[in-house]
Amino acid sequence: MEYIKAFIVGGAICVIGQILIDKTKLMSGRILVLFVVLGAVLHGIGLYEPLVNFAGAGATVPLPGFGYSLAKGAMEEVDKMGLKGAFTGGIKSTAAGITAAIVFAYLAALIFNPKAKD
Amino acid sequence: MAKYLGRQTIKFDLPPSIVSTASTVGPKEGKGPLSSYFDVVLHDPLWGEDSWEKAESKIVKKTIERVIQKGNLTPEDIDYIFAGDLLNQLTASTFGIRGLSIPFFGLFGACSTMAEAISLGAMAIDGGFANYIVAEASSHFCSSEKQFRFPLELGTQRPLTASWTVTGSGAVVLGKYGPSPYVSYVTSGKIVDLGVKDPMNMGAAMAPAAADTIIAHFEDTGFTPNDYDLIITGDLGSIGKELTLQLLRKNNYDIENIYTDCGIEIFDPVSQDTHAGGSGCGCCAVTLAGYLYKEMKNNKWNRILFVPTGALMSPGSIQQGESIPGIAHAVVIENNWS
Amino acid sequence: MSQIQDMKKEYSKMVEELSPKSNLLRDSARAFWVGGLICAIGQLITNIIKSFGYNHDEASMLTTIILVFLGIILTGLDIYDSLGKYAGAGTVVPITGFANSIVSPAIEYKKEGYVFGVGAKMFTIAGPVLVYGTIASVAVGIVHYFFK
Repeated sequence: MEYIKAFIVGGAICVIGQILIDKTKLMSGRILVLFVVLGAVLHGIGLYEPLVNFAGAGATVPLPGFGYSLAKGAMEEVDKMGLKGAFTGGIKSTAAGITAAIVFAYLAALIFNPKAKD
Repeated sequence: MAKYLGRQTIKFDLPPSIVSTASTVGPKEGKGPLSSYFDVVLHDPLWGEDSWEKAESKIVKKTIERVIQKGNLTPEDIDYIFAGDLLNQLTASTFGIRGLSIPFFGLFGACSTMAEAISLGAMAIDGGFANYIVAEASSHFCSSEKQFRFPLELGTQRPLTASWTVTGSGAVVLGKYGPSPYVSYVTSGKIVDLGVKDPMNMGAAMAPAAADTIIAHFEDTGFTPNDYDLIITGDLGSIGKELTLQLLRKNNYDIENIYTDCGIEIFDPVSQDTHAGGSGCGCCAVTLAGYLYKEMKNNKWNRILFVPTGALMSPGSIQQGESIPGIAHAVVIENNWS
Repeated sequence: MSQIQDMKKEYSKMVEELSPKSNLLRDSARAFWVGGLICAIGQLITNIIKSFGYNHDEASMLTTIILVFLGIILTGLDIYDSLGKYAGAGTVVPITGFANSIVSPAIEYKKEGYVFGVGAKMFTIAGPVLVYGTIASVAVGIVHYFFK
């Protein structure tokens, strides 16, 4: 059951992205920015956490989940250590993903070359 | 010496001859409908080089060497090269020909470059400043994507209005004397901008320029569509072609029966998934050097209007929200002139 | 002046009419099943990790790392761009797409060197995501401080 929930919610978030791509001619980079900010704001007003509880990876794997993690980290750090937590919590809670992306991308650049399309 | 005809057109006293042509294309173009017309079809888009930019320069160099050789000439016989490409500061052209020791004019007309090169080269010859010139233009899908769009490995969808940059180089030698076909008239284009901002719909951005130049050509010369066997624009693709036809109809010119576009001819949009069609400086250059030249030699057509179009934007101008200025240069190529 | 504006308006209508539209239904269906599948795979990975005794937070952190790794490997093997062509937002929106947007310029600009090529270009596409995500998180944190 939880796989079906993850599938449907995750798929639905992607469909929203697809509608934006097809209808607005926004480049995918802008849509990613929009989604990350949206995830952070939705968590700020308490709306994203219920979605994560319901759909698990269906809500955390898409980009709004990244915004959610950033905002959640910032809010938790604020609770623990006051205002300065707003500056440390976000990146701290997402450090694993960002670091993994940098390190693996670097290694991939060492190994792989771009290939032409046909 | 009445060379001026109207605002934008000149007629050559002694139309320069297209002495020889050469074309080199990438693997995808080699699978397209015009495949058999090209001199060299590469199997590897890198051609043994280690970057797309170096590969494009090698394509330029080899194509120019070939066109000179096919004209039974040597580099010393060539007075000027007029050439251009899409890369920043024309590095594909300049790096390609830096070893050739031939005086060089670098041109940027985006996908209209080939007509710009032929126009200026023919003027140089008819003006008495040269006996032989080389006109050349090139583009490479991978170097263009890298510079203008996205990294090749980025997972994106191309909109249906997007075109596919041709990998290839086409070159011609123009000579003061020589066999047919000849370059007899040139109508130079103005910049036309009707406010299209979508870089994924360049055919729409360039169509007004194509229509403007074609109309100017008819008005300046007094010719009508009936005077041509073929009118072929460059790189408008399927959407731009329709737009051009509609714009011309509004001005009471109907060219539908004799009209096509290089970007449409070079790929099969269904089996090759190229969407609107081919584009890039190389597209109309290889179409001219391969398909058009050879079929004129076969007398399939005896008089054509070759109208490459260019979209004169940069990635920066797009980000700043500027619309895309278009340009089109028309060249009359004919087997018999009087 | 207004004549030019009218021409532009009229032309933009012509362009609109003649430009083929994307097939939204088909595109959305593809985005749905591929994007959904990636999320379901993420759920599977999380559950497997949890079965080894990791808590929920550790498991989702490791899931992120694994998905990023998969996105990068599939990019390097020249597979992710074809997936993206098929699935559109279905491969752009999941975290694997974020990884793809970081590694693809890194590979593309290798020839410009490891510092100004790979190093500098790595975040040309994903950089804005980090910039705006970080700013949003700080803003949410500050608002949370005053209004909790």
